[in-house]
Amino acid sequence: MTAMPKWADAVLVPLISLLIAFVISGLVILAIGEDPIAAMKLMITGALGSTYGWGYTLYYSTNFIFTGLAVSVAFQAGLFNIGSEGQASLGGLGVALACLFVPWPHWSLALIGAATMAALFGAAWAAIPAYLQAKRGSHVVITTIMFNYIAAALMIYVLVTLLRPTGSMDTASARFDPALKLPRLGDILGLVGIPFNNRNPANISLLIALASCVGVWLLMGRTRLGYQLRAFGKSEKASVYAGINPVRITMYAMLISGGLSGMMAINTVMGEANRLLLNSVEGAGFIGIAVALMGRSHPVGVLLAAILFGFLYQGGAELALWTTIPRELIIVIQALVILFTGAMDNMVRKPVESLFLLLRKGKA
Amino acid sequence: MTLMKHLAAATASLALTAGMAAADPALIFDLGGKFDKSFNESAYEGAQRWAKETGGSYKELEIQSEAQREQAIRRLAESGANPIVVMSFSNIETLNTVAPDFPETKFVLIDGVVEQPNVRSIVFAEHEGSYLVGMLAAMASKSGTAGFIGGMDIPLIRQFGCGYAQGVKAVNPDATVLTNMTGSTGAAWNDPVKGGELAKSQISQGADVIFAAAGGTGLGVLQAAADAGVLSIGVDSNQNYLHPGKVLTSMLKRVDNAVYESFKAGEALEPGMINMNLSLQGVGYALDDNNKDLITDEMKAKVDEAAAKIASGELKIHDYHSDNTCPAVTF
Repeated sequence: MTAMPKWADAVLVPLISLLIAFVISGLVILAIGEDPIAAMKLMITGALGSTYGWGYTLYYSTNFIFTGLAVSVAFQAGLFNIGSEGQASLGGLGVALACLFVPWPHWSLALIGAATMAALFGAAWAAIPAYLQAKRGSHVVITTIMFNYIAAALMIYVLVTLLRPTGSMDTASARFDPALKLPRLGDILGLVGIPFNNRNPANISLLIALASCVGVWLLMGRTRLGYQLRAFGKSEKASVYAGINPVRITMYAMLISGGLSGMMAINTVMGEANRLLLNSVEGAGFIGIAVALMGRSHPVGVLLAAILFGFLYQGGAELALWTTIPRELIIVIQALVILFTGAMDNMVRKPVESLFLLLRKGKA
Repeated sequence: MTLMKHLAAATASLALTAGMAAADPALIFDLGGKFDKSFNESAYEGAQRWAKETGGSYKELEIQSEAQREQAIRRLAESGANPIVVMSFSNIETLNTVAPDFPETKFVLIDGVVEQPNVRSIVFAEHEGSYLVGMLAAMASKSGTAGFIGGMDIPLIRQFGCGYAQGVKAVNPDATVLTNMTGSTGAAWNDPVKGGELAKSQISQGADVIFAAAGGTGLGVLQAAADAGVLSIGVDSNQNYLHPGKVLTSMLKRVDNAVYESFKAGEALEPGMINMNLSLQGVGYALDDNNKDLITDEMKAKVDEAAAKIASGELKIHDYHSDNTCPAVTF
């Protein structure tokens, strides 16, 4: 029997953690001589006060949904995939190759093709650590981290030597065909009559991200494979005894995880930049870990956590833009949120649990 | 009538100057951040120098992600900042889209070329400055091996390395040039420990002069070289003072001057392209009290002769950007 009702576990505990994180951030802002209330206001109006701000928030959130889902799928199978960063870079390469070298007749086909390539490339990059884990017992945490560096080096080689147009100083591929531009969120919402700012990078990838949330929910909760993944994550020995093949499950979990990470690239590479940049992932792979932790590896939780981090990114940018608060402080705020919601979760959970136990005793 | 005209003109120009005083210039740092001990910091120093001299104020902004490039430039332009100095070639595409939307605002792009009527593009002839320090390196080297340590393997750094190798080979065609890049992520610009390790490795391979073009990483290179008793070459700003008598010279890239001049010009800034080469003293080598004993008169004469030839166009240094290849070294 659990000590807390479900709503408290899913909503109350993260909210309290978040509150503590913000209070401490406020104290830090106060300590450097700025007004925390004004800073908070600025973050909220900047990120959520206009459809322009919402667009940026949702653009960042889209990245985090993909990487958050990626980490959560592997995590539920007992695998800690820290390689989202590298898998997403490779996904970007897949998108770029699809967009540069295939003459797509329409952006929608290009989107399907690019998404497939992104998922394939991301999955392929996760396949090697997965194989090493499944067959050789090399710990996936170590190998995926190392594969991030290999991916970074590979991307430099590809962008500097192969894909960069001659004479260009920029470490980026050529521009994709403008016809392949993905429709922005403003265009899509405009079709159904909702006015939404169009000068922001939020695009149709958000819908794919939301569909992926549903897909992961169906996969993990409603299919045999999902059940096997979860069983394997809960107890490897028991699941092997029940006839689940550990090699197969490890591979599947990491391939799905890598594929989801790779799909992130359609948002950044195809949706925003329209060309492959050297650092198109920009740490979203690592934020994905925090998002998955905070979202309790549940698609709905991941979605909410991703929006929270999108808010922190966009709100933080506004803060850096209009105040003298240095950008390092924004990283401090993000770190505090991760610290309290992820790492120090029990600090809040235990007292809340005992509170609920106390209440129950009082009733009985 | 003429008096009236004069008066009207005077009022108009007064109004203009008033407007000019109201519009603050702005500076957008690139992803490395304001205090990167290198490119961005140099721009910051230029802006500070302007602020101190004129007592004016300016807006500044450090972007944190690729998606913010357009956002940052747009927001600053909307806020009325003028001119807006944007750092790094990474903003070429962004300025091409944003600049036409703000025809009244002047933009300055450092390290990249954008052909728009309201943009001044400032590029530096890194290969020319690097060529000169390469010559000095070859003349100072006793082992005939010169080292080059770059930050990340991007075209800009290859431009530095290529010019340097050409300079070395121009003095001593049999010389060996060792090249290393520090890393493959942004951390490579600020990893003095690894820079030091790479320097030690190059020293063990015989290098006795090492040129670091690696931002904050270079501090580790200079330190390791000084500890091992070999010479090093600093980059961007004059770093001779860091280890007096042990830093052969520094390859100067006057980003600070470019920012300072742009701020000073204000809204009257002329658009177009400026190639900050040797003749404009945008690049060069540093000579001061700290390294005057290292650079003999003969060395100085030779380098200055080459510099004059480059400035006059008589001597052409191969530009890595022109064809993505380097005749003197392979990366």
